[in-house]
Amino acid sequence: MRQRTWWMYVVLICLAIFALGPLLIFVFDALKTEPELSSNPLGLPAHPQWHNFIDAWTQAGIAVGLRNSIIIVLGTMIGVVVIGGLAAYAMSRLQLPGQGAVMTYLLVVTSLPIQLFLVPLFFLWTKIGLYDTQFGIIVIYWAVYSPFATLLMRSFMIGIPASYEEAARLDGAGEIGIITRVVLPMAWPGVLTAALVSALSAYNEFLLVLTFVQTNTKQPLSLTFFAFQQGYSQNYVLICASGVIMILPMLILFLLLQRRFVEGVASQGLAAE
Amino acid sequence: MAAIGHVSGLRRRRARIAWLCMIPLILVNLLVIVGPAVQSIYYSFTSWDGLSSAHWVGLANYVDLVQDPQFVQGLLHNIEWTIIFLIVPMVMGLFGAYLLTMIKRGRALFRVIFFLPYVVASVVVAAIWQRLLAPHHGFASLFKINFLGDTHTALWSVAFINNWAWWGFLLVVFLAAMQGVNPSLYEAAELDGAGHWAKFVSVTLPAIRPTFMFLALMTIIWSFLVFDYIYILTQGGPAGSTDMLSTVLYRAAFSEQQAGYGAAIGVVMAVISGIVIAAFRIFQRVRRWDV
Repeated sequence: MRQRTWWMYVVLICLAIFALGPLLIFVFDALKTEPELSSNPLGLPAHPQWHNFIDAWTQAGIAVGLRNSIIIVLGTMIGVVVIGGLAAYAMSRLQLPGQGAVMTYLLVVTSLPIQLFLVPLFFLWTKIGLYDTQFGIIVIYWAVYSPFATLLMRSFMIGIPASYEEAARLDGAGEIGIITRVVLPMAWPGVLTAALVSALSAYNEFLLVLTFVQTNTKQPLSLTFFAFQQGYSQNYVLICASGVIMILPMLILFLLLQRRFVEGVASQGLAAE
Repeated sequence: MAAIGHVSGLRRRRARIAWLCMIPLILVNLLVIVGPAVQSIYYSFTSWDGLSSAHWVGLANYVDLVQDPQFVQGLLHNIEWTIIFLIVPMVMGLFGAYLLTMIKRGRALFRVIFFLPYVVASVVVAAIWQRLLAPHHGFASLFKINFLGDTHTALWSVAFINNWAWWGFLLVVFLAAMQGVNPSLYEAAELDGAGHWAKFVSVTLPAIRPTFMFLALMTIIWSFLVFDYIYILTQGGPAGSTDMLSTVLYRAAFSEQQAGYGAAIGVVMAVISGIVIAAFRIFQRVRRWDV
């Protein structure tokens, strides 16, 4: 007794147009000439202007922003995985004494609003010379993203049977050997998911990086793009082109690893269970 | 006895290694989050410009807050924002996810499409919609409304834009929860002659209640902290019509040299989050929900 589903597809396609349409228009606009924007605001470009991307690349200073983004994202990702991975290992495999208290601590820390520590942190970072440095913002991201990464990786490590570990110990493996030969291979999906979620968060983050990185040669792409968009040369075609360049790395990563992405992000929302 | 001594020695060694592994996490958390958070509470009782030393002023900042029209207006906007986000993206996410569980083909494709805007950086989302909603361009010219520039429409427009990038996230989480629902429950409901609405209300919603409640809780908390889209699109304007607690805080602390006052706003925001979480926990316990 299957109910008819055609109307569902109609609704879903409308929602898909809502989600995808503005993005497509943005990409089309990036390929138009300036006059074409007003004569044909929503349609396909008559003759795709691929050089817009090259112009945007040089005029918006994307090379520098992208380099800074890569440094910040890689630094964040590696640090979060190491810090969170060690903690998750301790909590799941080493029977950490005081485990319950640590869990509570992590849950409390993840629910503290950034605004609560933003102001004193700014002045602390200024005082110890971490303000306006890439290392400074990376350390902040470590602190903000590692509690979630810890809880996520812990949930993957906790399922590894103790017998695997014991077998490795009998073979004479030390703590390091167990991590590299047993825990990492088996918890790999969790590690990858934690890495992806922290990379996406760091790449798109705005409030903290706006507050803590001032000099434009140190700023990541999000701030490069923001400055270009707010700037005096309101060349909308080039704004679109630089925006497309900015979102491209994450879109490609997302489309390649979309299942892992979706699972990781969904696990943020399913944390209640 | 020697064997037991050996085991407990091993256990102690393990405990030591376990705590060694926790050190980086705890250190970085104390430095960045806990330390400054505690300082925030202290500074909220002081008059402090961020440079010279702070003077203790007791509750003066909090008294000022209550009398500050910007703060009160910001708080009201946060409440308005909360109501919008408890309704619009939740309905879209639930409805979309339900439809996806009912169809047979194309589920994965639709899920990717709906999730795509969530991956786009907020600065770019803002640029996309600023153009589409600009007064002399595209859609907006049909309505003859300056969506982001009019005090009557600005808040709704910013919320609309933020929602565009947000609802797909809720849909994906709801879908993950709904896929855990036992299909035989739907079949039983169909045998009873239940339509889609009846199935949704009597089977889907009760089954995903923990997820639903958690996302509602997160929505309320996030709505009181919202910053990115406001700052990027309107900076709280026009005429304060989109000002929120976070933008009032940002101005006070970083452009008006009132770091103590800003810290007080931060403490209020944390207290609001705390009250919401506590209320949620009490609600859970009273209703005996196994969340």
